[in-house]
Amino acid sequence: MNLKRIQAIAWKEFVQIKRDSRSLALALGIPIFLLFIFGYGLSLDIDHVRTVVWNQDASSKVTRDFLLNFENSKYFRIIKYTDNYRDIERMINSGEVIMALVIPKDFSHYIESNEPAPLQLLMDGSDANTATIAKGYVQSVVASYNVKLLYDAFSAKGIRPVKSLNAVSRIWFNMGLTSTWFIVPGVIAMIIMIIAALLTSICIAREWERGTMEQLISTPVKAPELVIGKFIPYFAIAFFDLTIGVLMGTLVFGVPLRGSYFLLVSLSCLFVTGALSQGILISIVARTQLMASQLATLTTMIPTIILSGFIYPIFNMPKALQMVTYFIPARYYIVILREIFLKGTGIESMWDEAIFLLLFALLMFGLAIRRFRKKVAV
Amino acid sequence: MISFERAKAILIKEFKQVFRDPRMKTVIFITPLVQIILFGYAANKDINYVPTAIYDKDNTVESRELLRRFTFSKYFVPERYIDSQKEMNRVLDTGKASLVIHIDRGFGRNLQGDKNAEVQLAFDGSDSNTAMVIMGYANSVISEYSYDILQEKTAATGKIDSYPSVDLRDRAWFNGNLISRDYYLPGVIATIVSMMSLLLSAMAIVKEKEIGTMEQLIVSPLTPIELIMGKLLPFATIALVQVFLITVLGVVWFKVPLRGDILLLLFSTCIYLFTTLGIGLFISTISATQQEAMMSVFLFFMPTVLLSGFAYPISNMPQPIQWSTFFNPLRYFMVVIRSIFLKGVGLEVLWGQLLALAVMGVVVISFSALRFRKSMG
Repeated sequence: MNLKRIQAIAWKEFVQIKRDSRSLALALGIPIFLLFIFGYGLSLDIDHVRTVVWNQDASSKVTRDFLLNFENSKYFRIIKYTDNYRDIERMINSGEVIMALVIPKDFSHYIESNEPAPLQLLMDGSDANTATIAKGYVQSVVASYNVKLLYDAFSAKGIRPVKSLNAVSRIWFNMGLTSTWFIVPGVIAMIIMIIAALLTSICIAREWERGTMEQLISTPVKAPELVIGKFIPYFAIAFFDLTIGVLMGTLVFGVPLRGSYFLLVSLSCLFVTGALSQGILISIVARTQLMASQLATLTTMIPTIILSGFIYPIFNMPKALQMVTYFIPARYYIVILREIFLKGTGIESMWDEAIFLLLFALLMFGLAIRRFRKKVAV
Repeated sequence: MISFERAKAILIKEFKQVFRDPRMKTVIFITPLVQIILFGYAANKDINYVPTAIYDKDNTVESRELLRRFTFSKYFVPERYIDSQKEMNRVLDTGKASLVIHIDRGFGRNLQGDKNAEVQLAFDGSDSNTAMVIMGYANSVISEYSYDILQEKTAATGKIDSYPSVDLRDRAWFNGNLISRDYYLPGVIATIVSMMSLLLSAMAIVKEKEIGTMEQLIVSPLTPIELIMGKLLPFATIALVQVFLITVLGVVWFKVPLRGDILLLLFSTCIYLFTTLGIGLFISTISATQQEAMMSVFLFFMPTVLLSGFAYPISNMPQPIQWSTFFNPLRYFMVVIRSIFLKGVGLEVLWGQLLALAVMGVVVISFSALRFRKSMG
């Protein structure tokens, strides 16, 4: 192992990245773009569900009181009161509203005569997730209204209302339920995976395809030196991106960094090493750039986005797929980031994750060095 | 004068090149397959399993009844029973539970008596979206229990025998069983087609430049139009075959309903491909190396997908960003493909979206073809 030669390779790679303005734009611009777009533009929070109401019993005070529960809730936004079915159909079909509440004309009559009053809820089910959540909101408004009705019925009969059950809810770690707090750690992991998938995955395939590898082979540089030399500039880029991610997350989006900064950096080192080594390994195996980029997308980017728990909760997946997620390093890294950022826990609660990241990094790095052969194709 | 003979020759050469590499074949067909399977099984935001920890200090008939209602709601799964505050911190810290139900001593006595009974719910709020949904579920369980207790107590007094209530009857259109997958998979098809057609077309032309074979093509009697046709048609074909295969897989394996016309689906894909292949062609004219082409494809593709309404509803975005999505071809294709699958509508509803796609496609491809001709000459 010769440090001088590693340095030379690293410098060459660095100059090549710098020369290719688009790779540089990708490496430096993507983190900022993704953080902004996820921080400000994209939201999976479902509130202000667009609603149309058809109150067929509008003359009654009961129905108006009932609707107040929807008007005053931040979960619903009543866009329109209508008096016909055609409007409802049109508004749901065009996506103007997600749900429609229809109060039948004998609603108050039922309530006043102590009978169950039907309430119709029509929804656009095409986005099932939104629809399910919206339905849950309606159910919980109805449930608490029912309790209130019961109290009223007691008072009317002169019974002293009995006390009942209260839930005291406390939300840990993210009191305001701010979704950016949850998303930023995930975006950081995704950015590093993108760098690995897009930049490192082609760094060796490119040399083979262009024929410059044969020149490199004829130099005294040894295989591990080449791999390490290639690795260094991308490591620097990934760390730069990580820094941007942490700074923007805390300063722009106000995500609290409750745990230790040192722990964050050292565990990130493990993850970055693993991810980049995997990229280099792919580059060695693939030989052509197109193939390498496809393989990298398939084995690093897509699993990171879908299986890491970044967007879709892992405990909701089928058991077999949950097994697969154990092999996705981002899964562990995201847990680590969330714990350090939001929960402020120390290494004692993340040993498993840290050890996996270490093993993964060693395995990938080792494989990359072993698989790389300095041989001219015959 | 366009010679179809010559365009055909290029077309055949292109097919041969793509499929010569056996691994390329795998990439073209395995990548979509893996994506569709992953999305089909994993991309599920419906919360139907909430790992719950139970901290019951009361352990009376009443507290057990409340817990039974939680577990019977099919959402809450009691993963562990704990018996100290310290353990409660630990399960939340490590994420072993998303919710801790904490019932203090005296709960049953208070419920029996006339005092307020309290149950404490501690949610892990780090995933705000999930936490919000879980809170809704928990509140429903508690309200219902509350209602039943009230009812029981008054029945015992014998003064009231009927109770008013609101009875919710809900009906979901288009996706009656509210299955997320039915909404996601058509979107996945759209993103796969976009990625494949963009990447393959951009790379194929740049590859010739990079290895130097482009100069040989230039000195051949091929006209630029023939070259473009011969280069792009194979990728259009591959993309169409992909759409067809993934659709079949989605319908047969994942039981996604295809309510509309599959021919309309393929026709719409053709119109959409004009735009993506055109952009691929454009990228090839501004890139000298495959690496540049690839970076450009990703720089274009990433915002396109994020702002298409694929995973994040457009109506949730800030207004200026919503406006920008009108220039996003994938936005229109997403609506078209989802409507054909879920709503079963036809041209009479979708013509507006298709027209937008057609206009974009013609503009993009003519612009790129002109640029390409210049760069060749």
